[in-house]
Amino acid sequence: MAKANEIKYLTAIKQEKPKKKFSRFEKYGIKYIDYKDVEFLKKFINEQGKILPRRLSGNSLKYQRKVADAIKKARQMALLPYVTDLLK
Amino acid sequence: MNNYELMVIFTPVLSEDEFKSAQKKYSDFVTEHGGTVVHSNPWGLKSLAYPIQKKTTGIYWVLEYNAPSDFNERLKIQILRDEQIMRHMITALDKYAVEYNTKKRSGVPTGIEKAAEV
Repeated sequence: MAKANEIKYLTAIKQEKPKKKFSRFEKYGIKYIDYKDVEFLKKFINEQGKILPRRLSGNSLKYQRKVADAIKKARQMALLPYVTDLLK
Repeated sequence: MNNYELMVIFTPVLSEDEFKSAQKKYSDFVTEHGGTVVHSNPWGLKSLAYPIQKKTTGIYWVLEYNAPSDFNERLKIQILRDEQIMRHMITALDKYAVEYNTKKRSGVPTGIEKAAEV
C-alpha cells in the first residue's frame, strides 16, 4: 500500500484556491450608491440588463439591496433599460 | 426640514429659454414654500434608454433641495400638471447621500472610482 504522499497522478491536480469574493462597498467605504452613476451600476447587471445575483457579484445583503434599489431607480428614469440585448 | 433630490425629464422640444424658465419656476417654487435650493444641475439633452411618450431623447435636470416634509405633495401636483415634463422622481437623501453629493460636486474622490476599477 502506497502512502498518501507517495501517490502519483498522471496529470497535475489543480491546487489553485478559488478567488475569495469580497464586497467592494465595505472595502472602499462606500455608504451611498448613486442611481445617477450609470457606469458604476453597469457592473452589477448582465448583458440583458438583469441584476446579477449576490453569488456572482459578491455583495453583502445590505449593499445588494441598495444596488438593486439604485438600478431600479435608474430604470425608472430611463438611464438604464428594463430589457435589452448586448448592453456592454 | 429634509434633504431631497428631484430629477425631471423634460420633453426634448423645449427651447433653451423655456428650459431655463422651467428651472427657475421650480427653484422659485421651492424657495416660496420655505425650502432652500442646495444645488441645481442641468444635464441637458440625453438619449433615453427606452422611448417615453414616443420620444427617444429628453432634457434632464437634477435639483437638490431642502424642504419641509409636506412640500413634496404640493410640488408633485405642479409637476403632474406640467405638460413639459415627461417624468419625474423625488428621492429622499440620507446623511450619507448628502455627503456623497457634496464630495462629488467639489471633486473629492468618493471611493466609488476605486471600486469601479475592480
